Amino acid sequence: MDTLLLSRLQFTATTIFHFFFVPLTLGLSVLVAIMETRYARTGDETYLKMTKFWGKLFLINFAVGVVTGITLEFQFGTNWSGYSAYVGDIFGSLLAIEATAAFFLESTLIGVWVFGWKKLSRRAHAAVMWLVAGASNLSAIWILTANGWMQQPVGYAIRNGRAELTDFAAVVFNTFSILQILHVVPAALLLAAFFIMGISAYHLLRKQHVDFFTRSFRLGLVVGTIAAFWVILEGDMHAKHVTKVQPAKLAAMESLWDTTSRAPIYLFAVPDEQNERNSVEIGAVPGVLSFLGHGDFSAKVTGLKEFPKDQRPPVLLTFLSFRVMVALGTYFVVMMLIGIFIRKRLMENPWYLKLMMFSIPLPFLAHTAGWVLAEVGRQPWIVYGLMKTADAVSPIAASQVAVSLVAFILVYGLLGGVGYYLIGKYARLGPDAVAGPAPAHAKRLRPSEA
Amino acid sequence: MVLESIWFFLWGLLWAVYFMTDGFDLGIGSLLPVLGKTEEDKRVMVNTMGPLWDGNQVWLLSAGGVTFAAFPRVYAVMFSSLYSALMLILFALILRGVAFEFRGKVESPGWRKLWDACIVIGSFAPALLFGVAFANIFQGIPIDQKGVYQGTLFTLLNPYGLIGGVLFVLLFLVHGALWLAAKTQGELQERAASVAGKIWLAEVAVAVAFLAASYVTTNLYANYLAKPLLFAVILLTVAALFGIRLFLAQKAFFKAWFASALTIVGATFYGVIGLFPNMFPSSLNPAWSLTAHNASSTQLTLTIMLVVVVIFVPIVLAYQAWAYNLFKGKITKEDLVY
Ligand code: HDD
Ligand code: HEM
Ligand code: HEM
Repeated sequence: MDTLLLSRLQFTATTIFHFFFVPLTLGLSVLVAIMETRYARTGDETYLKMTKFWGKLFLINFAVGVVTGITLEFQFGTNWSGYSAYVGDIFGSLLAIEATAAFFLESTLIGVWVFGWKKLSRRAHAAVMWLVAGASNLSAIWILTANGWMQQPVGYAIRNGRAELTDFAAVVFNTFSILQILHVVPAALLLAAFFIMGISAYHLLRKQHVDFFTRSFRLGLVVGTIAAFWVILEGDMHAKHVTKVQPAKLAAMESLWDTTSRAPIYLFAVPDEQNERNSVEIGAVPGVLSFLGHGDFSAKVTGLKEFPKDQRPPVLLTFLSFRVMVALGTYFVVMMLIGIFIRKRLMENPWYLKLMMFSIPLPFLAHTAGWVLAEVGRQPWIVYGLMKTADAVSPIAASQVAVSLVAFILVYGLLGGVGYYLIGKYARLGPDAVAGPAPAHAKRLRPSEA
Repeated sequence: MVLESIWFFLWGLLWAVYFMTDGFDLGIGSLLPVLGKTEEDKRVMVNTMGPLWDGNQVWLLSAGGVTFAAFPRVYAVMFSSLYSALMLILFALILRGVAFEFRGKVESPGWRKLWDACIVIGSFAPALLFGVAFANIFQGIPIDQKGVYQGTLFTLLNPYGLIGGVLFVLLFLVHGALWLAAKTQGELQERAASVAGKIWLAEVAVAVAFLAASYVTTNLYANYLAKPLLFAVILLTVAALFGIRLFLAQKAFFKAWFASALTIVGATFYGVIGLFPNMFPSSLNPAWSLTAHNASSTQLTLTIMLVVVVIFVPIVLAYQAWAYNLFKGKITKEDLVY
């Protein structure tokens, strides 16, 4: 295997692994902040317990998210030095801003939150959690601005053999990034809501801590429902924008080979890249792809054959990942609607609780599928239309990358295993096991006592 | 020209602040088997850096990010050339970071031992490797015209590189021991203070050796000889180094820690000033070196980033100072979380 392939595998493995943990950080931080705010407002001890319990799971997840991010910050230099030198003028500043504006705030305040129960008033402590949640979502905004630029480069000129910044505002307000932000952040909330509902379902099935987990479940249900609808509606806008700026990706998403009006989608199809056709096509629903891409059932959709072979993304992976994401998105909405319908009779519907419990991994799968679609669908470009991935790789020995790739697989396998084992362990133990330090703020603190 | 120079020194400053802050974490982590006689001691040691280490580590990320933003070619060439060394550092930091969170989560001595070992390796290896890497940068790296590295991991393990590595380890060990002495009480504190005093002697010896070796193997002194006033930086650093001993004798541990912080910042700037305007000098041909001038971003990007840094870094410093202040004072049993 050559350096390019190994570097791609390594980048894929490390980003996907990072993104197993990141969306839970993004979503759960907000939900924990909501719980703690309720506690700060009402003094209701159940909300305090909720904050502590879900907060504990949050922290284990957070730790793995942070350490896996460190690698990514440097990997553009280690493995994609061609890329870094070519676009660093623009892309590098976005990463640097992310670190200075968001990571600092989040990492400093998470320490304050964990260790500061006795040192801060109830309200101040809740405010710290809001800042943590805000900072993590802010970091998502900046990294997605960076990724959006790779999908749709704007505000630059090619000079001195590299892409140089000409318009910073265009980069920050890039439509592609904004659409990504509006998709990823709610999708992260959706994931966290399913996480909370799934674990709550586990305990409700065992009739433990019924009040505690009913309240948790309801919070998840409200947030999850809004997020599930939002993600689908916004995903549709997203697809329309992709049609406009990355037509090859859209064609691959539905495995459309010939340019067609009233382009259909198929309930089932198997792309055959060798012969530039689909070997199986069943259940054509005419016009739907035209509508998905252009908002008009009879619009003309560009097919893959319009693009030279070396400018087409891998079709099968792009096609499958889109299917998986959309199927799951539909499933999430259905589950939320059922949940709303039976919200007062949860305990009488164990089948639903069981389904929710087993659904915990599904939003993770949907996120991964979404990213595979976004990144694989962009290939062969690393920066769409501007630079090929093959030209971006570092001039380093393949053996070096092979060693680090194996090491990543081993170390990340260990971390992921232990991380999820601990999350599972504390999730099952329930709220009593995680009492931790009692907050000092039963009474109001005077500065002299703090 | 001016912007590039400003950025060069900001770049140096970020590294210096990283070494100053995370340095004591790395030191404490490395000292875990030496000073942590009992499980209780170890818990206390880990908790003295508990609320702070994550925020400290971000200085590394911003140093990396700023290298990317302001000097993209340096980011590209430096990190691909030092591939294996950097990967080792990253793996070490990864293990250290999760170990803090994981170690207390299962009630079993074997489990603790496993994660404590990760903390020790994860602290010691970065301390050593950062030193090796920077010393090698000071003396020049075998990169060709295109910035392609013509060596292996072992090329970096030359005598001068190794002295640099040992120096960093000693700087951080003293720094960590002083932080412990300042934050703990009783026997642990006494042990930390006495270890700090002993390692300090080695620190002085190796620092002298490093200053001398730099004269032989590097070009660092050229800038100093051109502007002798700059020697003041070295003098100040040496003064800070001896300040450690002075305050240690008075049992003024926080002051000693500040002196150590100043020593670390001074040591970093000793190299940064000597390098200027080189950022990644080529040992094969000086004309192939990456400098602040030939590897920087555009004026527009440098300006925007300067605005960002001028606004955010003071804010960051303010809330980090607030957090340090919130957790000042001795660690008590009640403060143990990890
Ligand atoms: C819970 C997760 C989840 C769910 C249910 C959906 N998505 Fe999604 N999708 C993502 C999570 C996600 C993601 C992981 O967050 C991605 C990857 C890149 C991005 O911006 O968001 C993504 C990317 C992504 C892209 C590619 C954008 C690009 O090329 O960068 C499109 C076109 C859609 N989505 C469209 C949809 C549609 C039409 C959905 C309707 C059911 C949908 N998504 C549900
Ligand atoms: C916003 C931050 C991101 C940036 C800047 C980014 C950048 C890149 C780069 C440089 C590549 C090219 C290397 C390659 O082809 O393998 C790539 C590919 C890839 N990335 Fe991303 N990525 C980002 C986010 C993500 C996330 C969060 C995921 C998934 C969880 C992801 C998944 C992938 C995958 C699956 C590939 C492989 C595509 C292929 O090799 O065919 N990316 N990305
Ligand atoms: C491939 C590009 C990416 C890079 C270079 C990257 C970098 C990092 C780094 C360095 C950290 C650790 C920060 C710390 O120590 O506090 C981190 C954590 C995190 N990342 Fe990523 N990341 C990438 C992709 C993403 C994406 C796509 C998202 C969100 C949509 C994201 C969101 C987060 C969040 C929320 C954390 C949690 C921890 C924290 O901020 O401290 N990252 N990432």
